[in-house]
Amino acid sequence: MLLCTLIYGFINSCILALLALGFNLTFGISGVANFAYGAIYIFSGFLTWITLNSIGLPYLLSVFISILCAALIGLLVYYIVILRVKGLALSEVIATFGLGLAIMELFRYFDFVGFKYTLPVFIDGSIGFGEVYVDYQRLFIALIAVGLTLFLYLFTRHSKIGLAFRAIAQDERTALTFGIDSDRIGAISMAFGAALAAIAAIVILPLGTIAIEGGYEVLINALAVCIVGGLGSTVGILVASVLIGYAQTFTANYLEPHWMMLVSLIAIAIVLTIKPSGLFSRQKELEERI
Amino acid sequence: MNQPLPLLKVSDLTKSFGGVMAVLNVSFDLKEGELLGIIGPNGSGKTTLVNLITGFVKPISGRVEYREKNITGWAPYKIVSLGIARTFQMVRPFYQLPAFKNMIIPLYSPRVKKLTGGKYGDRDAVALDLLEEVGFERDAHVAYKVAGSLPQGYLKRLELAKAMALRPDLIILDELFSGLSLAEVASIVPIIEKLRFQGITIIMIEHRLKELFRIADRVFVLNYGEKIADGPGEEVMENESVKKAYLGSETE
Amino acid sequence: MKKRKERIDRGIKARSEDIFALSSYREMLYLLAPRAIPVVGLLGVAPFLNPYWREVFISTAVYALLATSWDLLISAGLISLGQSLFYGIGSYIAGILNYYYGWSPLFTIPVATVMGGLLCTLFLLPVLRLRGIYFAMVTLVLPLMFSRLVEATRILGGTEGLPGLTPFPNQLTALYVIDFALLAVLFGFRRLMASDYGLVIRGINDNDRSVMSAGLNIYLYKTQILFIGASVGSFAGAFGTHMDMFAGMPGFALDYAIMPVAAAVVGGMGTFAGPMIGAFILVPLSEILRALGALRIVFYGLFLVIFIVALPEGIFHYLQRKYHQLERWVELV
Repeated sequence: MLLCTLIYGFINSCILALLALGFNLTFGISGVANFAYGAIYIFSGFLTWITLNSIGLPYLLSVFISILCAALIGLLVYYIVILRVKGLALSEVIATFGLGLAIMELFRYFDFVGFKYTLPVFIDGSIGFGEVYVDYQRLFIALIAVGLTLFLYLFTRHSKIGLAFRAIAQDERTALTFGIDSDRIGAISMAFGAALAAIAAIVILPLGTIAIEGGYEVLINALAVCIVGGLGSTVGILVASVLIGYAQTFTANYLEPHWMMLVSLIAIAIVLTIKPSGLFSRQKELEERI
Repeated sequence: MNQPLPLLKVSDLTKSFGGVMAVLNVSFDLKEGELLGIIGPNGSGKTTLVNLITGFVKPISGRVEYREKNITGWAPYKIVSLGIARTFQMVRPFYQLPAFKNMIIPLYSPRVKKLTGGKYGDRDAVALDLLEEVGFERDAHVAYKVAGSLPQGYLKRLELAKAMALRPDLIILDELFSGLSLAEVASIVPIIEKLRFQGITIIMIEHRLKELFRIADRVFVLNYGEKIADGPGEEVMENESVKKAYLGSETE
Repeated sequence: MKKRKERIDRGIKARSEDIFALSSYREMLYLLAPRAIPVVGLLGVAPFLNPYWREVFISTAVYALLATSWDLLISAGLISLGQSLFYGIGSYIAGILNYYYGWSPLFTIPVATVMGGLLCTLFLLPVLRLRGIYFAMVTLVLPLMFSRLVEATRILGGTEGLPGLTPFPNQLTALYVIDFALLAVLFGFRRLMASDYGLVIRGINDNDRSVMSAGLNIYLYKTQILFIGASVGSFAGAFGTHMDMFAGMPGFALDYAIMPVAAAVVGGMGTFAGPMIGAFILVPLSEILRALGALRIVFYGLFLVIFIVALPEGIFHYLQRKYHQLERWVELV
C-alpha cells in the first residue's frame, strides 16, 4: 500500500505540476491572468479527439494541430480581449473567466458528453515496481512534466523571450524602456501558456475521459498549486505540486477518494492565512497587503 | 534638571527588503515642538523610515515609541489615532473629486470624531475652512475645482491639508517641496511656521536643503540606511561623511 | 475646416441642480423620471403579466439582486467570481430551517439572510487582507468546493438536496416581496454610496494607502461591505429556495456566479441600476432562447466578453451620459 501510494503520489504530483506550468507562465511570470486556462485544456482534448476520430488524421499530426490551435487561441484572446480591458481592475480575470465558461459550456451544448470521448495513450502497457503496476502512460506523464519544468526553468532564465516574460511581470514600464514590447511579449506568453495546457491535456486526458467538469477542476488545481507555491516561482510550483499531490494521494488511499478535492481547498486556506504570497514567492512584501 | 521626555523615540530601527538593507540601526529622539529635517541622497531610506514609523511597513528589529508608548509594528490607522499624520511623496488625490471632497475621508476618521466629540457639523464646511488655511483662495472657489485640474502646488497643499485635518501632534512631511517653484515653496513655508506656532511637532524629509535649513531646528542625514550625522543644518553640511555621501570622494 | 466632438451638460441638467429643481414641473420631472422608472416598472408592470412571464420576472429579480450586490462589492474593490457562494449558503440555511425544523418562510428568509451574510463573511475574512486577485480566486473556488463537499459527504440531502419545502402563499406575494427587496436594495445602495461613507468606500477602491493614512481601518469597512453584499446574496438564495421549494447543490451553480458579472458588465459597473438593467436584459433573453438549452451560460459568457471589449462602460453609463449631456461637433479654433 505504501509503495503504491508513494509511486502514485509522485505521478499525481507530476500531473499537478504539468497543469500548473502553463497557468504559472502566463499569470505568475508574465502577469496576465488567464482564467480560460481550463477551457483551453478541454478544448485541446476535444480538438484532438475530433481530428483523430472525425477527420481521421494520424496521432502525431492531430497532437501538433491541437497544440498549434491552442497557442493561436492564446494569441487571439490576448489581442482581442486582454488588450482592450487592460485598464480596468481585474477585468482580464472577468473577461477570460467568461470566455472560458462560454467555451466549456458550448461543448456541453454540442453534447460532447460521454464515455466515447477519450484520447489514446502514447504507449500501451505497464511496468511493475515490486507488486505495484504503473502504466507507461503515467510514466510518460512524469517524464514530460519533469522535462517541461526543466525546460521552462532554463528558458525563463536564459533566453531573451523568457527573461522578457519575467520583465513585464516585475515592472512593465521599465521593461518598455528597455525596448520590450509588452503587448507582443504578453501575447506570446499567453500563447505559450495555452500550448502548455494543450500538451498537458494530450498526455493526461488518456487516463480517463474528456469530461467538461475536468476543465473546472484543472483551473482549481492549477490555482491551488500556484497559490501554495507562490505565483511566479517555478521551484514553488514543484514543491507545491509534490505537497498537494502526495496529500491528495494519501487522502485517496487511506481515507476516501472524494475527499481529494478538499485537500486543495485546505492547502489554499492554510497558505493564505500563514504566508499568503506562497511558499517560494518572489514578490516583495509591500505588494501584499499589510 | 529634568529634560522633557521625547515625543518620539526611535531606537535601532532596522528594515531590509530581500537582502537590501533599507534602514540600519537608525536611532533618534524628537522633542515636542521641534522641527526635524531628514536629508540624504536618493535611495538612502528616508521614505522607508517614515513608513516604519507610521506603520506601513514592519521593521525587522528596533523600537518606535511615541509618548512612551511602544507603537512598533502597529497598523497605520491606530498610529494615526494617536496623533501622527503623514503626507506622501507621490501625491495621488482622488482626481475626479473636487478638492474639498478629498478632505472628507480624513474628516471621517475616528480620531477626528473623538476630538470633536462626534459633532463636527458639516464636513464640507470644515473642509473648506481647512483648505483656506493652506492657501486655497476662498473667493476664487479653488476648493471646488476637480483635483485633476489643479496644478502641483495646490495638490501639495491639499496633501498638507489632509494631514492637518487629522489634528495631529506630529506631522511627517515626505518631500513636500518637491516639484514646486521657489515662489510656491515660499508661500507654503508660512503655513508650516503657523503649525509650529500651534505647537505641532514636525518632521520634514527634503531635498531642498536651503529652504529646509531656514526653518529646521535640527537635521539628520541618512546614507544607505544609516544615520551619519545629526545636528543643526550648517554644522551637518560641514561634516566630511555627509559631503562624501552627497558629492562623492575625490579620486586620487 | 476641422471639427471635434464636444460634450456639454444639457440645459435642463444645469437648471435642475440643487434647489432650482423646484422652480418648475419640467425640472422636477427631469429628475424624477429616471427614478420613477424602476419603481413603476417593477411594481406596476408585474401584475399584468401572465403567470409564465411572472415566473421569469421573479427569476430575473433574484438574479438582479445578485448582480446589484456584486456591484456593491466591486465598489469597494472586492471582485467576486462566486456570488453563487452567497446564494448557495443562503439557500441551504433557509432549506435546513424549513426542512428539519419546519420554520415558515417568514422566519427562514430573514434568518438565512443574516446568518448567510455572517458565515460567508467569516469564510472570506482571511482573504480580505490580500490583493484583489486572491479574493477573486477564493470566491471562485469556494462554491465549487462546497458543491463537491456536499456531493462527497452526502450531507444535507447530498445530490438529491432538500425537496418539498414550503412555497410562498401565491405568486403575486412572492413577486411583491422580491420587488420591494430589489427597490430597497437599489435605492439603499445608491444612497449609501452617495454619502460620506460611500466616499470612504470608493476611496478604498481607488487608493487604499491614502485612506489608511487618514486614520481609517480599511479592513473594517471592507468587512462591512462584504457582510452587506453577502447578506443580500443570501437573501436571494433563501428567497429562491422557497420559490423552487428546493434547496440543494444547484444553489452553488455557476449560473449564479457568472450572470451577475455579465449583468454588471453589460449594464454598467458601479451604478447599481446598471446591473439591474443588465439582469433584466440578459435573463429574459436567455429565457426566450431557452429552446437552446444549456446555451444559457455560453450566452452569458459571450455577452460578458463582447460587452467588456466593445462597451466597457456599460449601458447605464451610456444612457446616463445621453440623458445628461449632449454631443455636438464644434470647429477647431
